[in-house]
Amino acid sequence: MSGKPRLTYCNGRGRMEPVRWLLAAAGVEFEENFLETREQYEKLIKDGVLMFQQVPLVEIDGMKMVQTRAILSYIAGKYNLYGKDLKERALIDMYVEGITDLMQMILMFPFSPPEAKEKNLDSIKERATKRYFPVFEKVLKQHGQDFLVGNKFSWADVQLIEAILAVEENIPVVLLEFPQLQAFKTRMSNMPTIKKFLQPGSPRKPPPDERYVETVLKIFKK
Amino acid sequence: MAGKPKLYYFDGRGKMESIRWLLAAAGVEFEEEFLETREQYEKLLQGGSLLFQQVPMVEMDGMKMVQTRAILSYIAAKYNLYGKDLKERALIDMYVGGTDDLMGFILMFPFLSAEDKEKQRAVIVQKATSRYFPAYEKVLKDHGHDFLVGNSFSWADVHLLEAILMVEEKKSDVLSGFPQLQAFKARISSIPTVKKFLEPGSQRKPVPDDKYVETVRRVLRMYYDIKAN
Repeated sequence: MSGKPRLTYCNGRGRMEPVRWLLAAAGVEFEENFLETREQYEKLIKDGVLMFQQVPLVEIDGMKMVQTRAILSYIAGKYNLYGKDLKERALIDMYVEGITDLMQMILMFPFSPPEAKEKNLDSIKERATKRYFPVFEKVLKQHGQDFLVGNKFSWADVQLIEAILAVEENIPVVLLEFPQLQAFKTRMSNMPTIKKFLQPGSPRKPPPDERYVETVLKIFKK
Repeated sequence: MAGKPKLYYFDGRGKMESIRWLLAAAGVEFEEEFLETREQYEKLLQGGSLLFQQVPMVEMDGMKMVQTRAILSYIAAKYNLYGKDLKERALIDMYVGGTDDLMGFILMFPFLSAEDKEKQRAVIVQKATSRYFPAYEKVLKDHGHDFLVGNSFSWADVHLLEAILMVEEKKSDVLSGFPQLQAFKARISSIPTVKKFLEPGSQRKPVPDDKYVETVRRVLRMYYDIKAN
């Protein structure tokens, strides 16, 4: 066993992408086991390694962890990206949960039927620009610090940069009225571990395409 | 300031119920402000109290906390219901993630059409008995302890009991193939703080009814159809 965390998921973003981001941001190398067929998935279930018969699965520190939130919290805790005390952790959790709600819309977007896609894109734009981005713009403006919480790089910053880039892929001008977020995006993108993750050849996965959607439906369809 | 946590939500279960359970299990008294009108909600919005314009919101320790999971994690940690180290916390988070997903199927139930309700009831029972309950039954069987994690009462136990009782409300004999869970249910229900919460007159909310659905729709202007998942 290599000692590196091992990620089991489809070869695409989905629910595993925040885990890849966080490990990368923490400078932690990891291995990936890509699910390509239904048989592979059924074998995992039969072997009893998926507590709730679902992926993501991350094998780390002797545990077979499932549930994305649990995995991310563990990584954040282990690599000191979770604030210095309970109150900072509460802020990070609040921010991450909000961003996750936005990311959920992006996650589902490739799976929406063609006739619903435009409406869903409008909803994403609406939520991003009216509900979520204004909050973080204000947080950054009010304390004037480089990072969202406690003047220190944390899971919340990683989650936000991931979300910004994901929304921008669909709505390129989305940061137009958010100068703090524009500066934040630049700052985060230049952090060495993140910069490396944003370069070609990293484990970062491309935007979901039809082939990815097909693979997911083939493997997991009920 | 009273010093007690103050919960802002509708007078009903919804996403706030898990928070009521956890505070109660921890022996923490709390106050509640019930949203009944759109005006109350708009006042909260305008006052900047709702970070993402949503409830639940809990005022505690000088914070206006939103996002159910963030609130629950904070309470769990503060009252020592989150395990003794990072690995126990990881297990608790995993287990809570599962019961959260299960209760998610029930959360939208009151908002479904009568026809969809019947279908969803079957989905809830199927998921409970084929995916979630077997997982927790195995955890308890494998270690033989009274509690899910670290031989110590935790958030995971509270959340699982809440989920069990909610599924039983949909099918009363749903635990029949799960002897460990039956014993677990009896044990956790008899913990003094939990027992108190299960008695009439506590702040536990009843099964959501049409009045609750109307209130939520009215306050949130949520008049669209909810589809089952």
